[in-house]
Amino acid sequence: MDLIKLTISEAKKGLKKKEFSARELTENYLERIKKLNPQLNAFITVCEKEALESADHADKLILQGETWEAQPLLGIPFSMKDVYSTKNIRTTAGSKILENYLPPYNASVYQKLIDSGAILLGKTNCDAWGHGSSTENSDFGPTKNPWNLDYVPGGSSGGSAAVLAADMTIFEIGEDTGGSIRLPSAFCATVGLKVTYGRVSRYGAISYASSLDSMGPMGKNVSDVAEILSVIAGSDSHDATSSPRPVEDYSSSLNQDIKGLKIGIPSEFFSKGLNSEIKDAINKALQIFKEKGAEIVDISLPHTEDGIATYYLIASSETSSNLARYDGIRFGNDREYFGQEAKKRIMLGTYALSSGYYDQYYLKAQKVRSLIKNDFEKAFNKCEVILAPVSPIPPFKLGEKIADPLQMYLVDVYTVLINLAGIPSLALPCGFSKAGLPIGMQIIGPQFSEKSLLNVGYQYEQATDWQKMKPEL
Amino acid sequence: MAKFDIRHTAKLANLGLSSEEEEKISRELEEILSYVNKLNEVDPDLIGVEPTSHITGLENVTRPDETSPSLTQTEVLQNSKNTHNGMFKVPAILEDL
Repeated sequence: MDLIKLTISEAKKGLKKKEFSARELTENYLERIKKLNPQLNAFITVCEKEALESADHADKLILQGETWEAQPLLGIPFSMKDVYSTKNIRTTAGSKILENYLPPYNASVYQKLIDSGAILLGKTNCDAWGHGSSTENSDFGPTKNPWNLDYVPGGSSGGSAAVLAADMTIFEIGEDTGGSIRLPSAFCATVGLKVTYGRVSRYGAISYASSLDSMGPMGKNVSDVAEILSVIAGSDSHDATSSPRPVEDYSSSLNQDIKGLKIGIPSEFFSKGLNSEIKDAINKALQIFKEKGAEIVDISLPHTEDGIATYYLIASSETSSNLARYDGIRFGNDREYFGQEAKKRIMLGTYALSSGYYDQYYLKAQKVRSLIKNDFEKAFNKCEVILAPVSPIPPFKLGEKIADPLQMYLVDVYTVLINLAGIPSLALPCGFSKAGLPIGMQIIGPQFSEKSLLNVGYQYEQATDWQKMKPEL
Repeated sequence: MAKFDIRHTAKLANLGLSSEEEEKISRELEEILSYVNKLNEVDPDLIGVEPTSHITGLENVTRPDETSPSLTQTEVLQNSKNTHNGMFKVPAILEDL
């Protein structure tokens, strides 16, 4: 059996039947990481010693009769974007400021995962502080796209999607402020969910922009993502912005009929600027939904064009405030260690919040944010979910956009709106370009509609084979 | 638009920029600021619109006023390069008179 190709449910089945131990499983992934990380640069830190200890502990529990009902991820290896605080395991946020930082406490998401028996393999590469769309802004060097090493994996959670595509982990936890889970998922042909703002606790995740940051699961298929969400979702007394709404069982409701489901198509997303191969792939996906009985509805999101400007003002303002804490006194290196992109965003945000400019920039952006939220509320009166491309272009080459920041920012034109509206969106693969590079789509729903999005995604996945495609490495 | 005052903003942001960085960041930010000025076109739609700061609309989140365990002094100080008698050592702000 090829242990590195397993999904969560397959790995659990094997552990239950004692076909392999948690230690064997973990060793296989560590070996795979050792083999592939030198070319992909997808992990910043691999915690081999801790992982093997956790694996032995899991094997002991399994032997003692511990059940997967009590610990749903018992013995399952995983990895996390390096923005989650992990007690005494180095956490860098992709920045040299934190190159030696050992958090004294755990992020709530990580605590929930280890409490449910999962085994941390390591921390994955990302644009420093989440600032980027290609992982080229990591102070630890860019991650390569496993489908073609000359191309970027997307960002900022580029390491997360790359390790999934390259079978260096079973599941991942990413973080999405303006598209950082969905763009890498689209560029690497993996599945990623940006949850409703507050559905998953932000406690212990290193902040980029606090009113937009969303923690979320990434996996090899939709049912894995649903299972992880059931573990990590929920309110948290450490995060006052987390939602008190009860957590649903996201796995049990997959496979519901979508006959009569109204799928909205926003005309603004399919106008100029959308690559024709991506357009074709989305149209083919629409055909599959129609065959399953869904109804296609034309909708409009009139403020689509204002998304990038609004997003960069709000995100830069909030990041300038969040990064003010890095002064080298209590932890981390001093401010000289910030990379170019972080310095630029701190400067933009400081300017947008400064006396005399606040109303013109930050406050205005917050008002436009209200308009964008209203656009989606109106749209969801006409449809239950929205189907859209993740990115206007397929994966691009390393170095291609790094010199032109505005062009890089525009890659996020279809993703930032979702963060501004605080709504969930599921990204999943829907094809490949002629050059053999992945194409992704996103299924967007109203706030707290994760259950329905996962079902719709699962229905599509069952009708296609994209998730079974693997890069040659 | 008035020329972006890079030195004043860098001072507010507590960033020491080299002259090369000043030049590069000024150029890039002026381009980005002229792009975000497109929001001026939305002005007529903004009359009477409230700004959004919290997107799911939670208000007045409280918790019981009870003590709970927190990090130890050793844990809090473990990442600092400069401590003194169990405290953080910080640069002087006021000088001796």
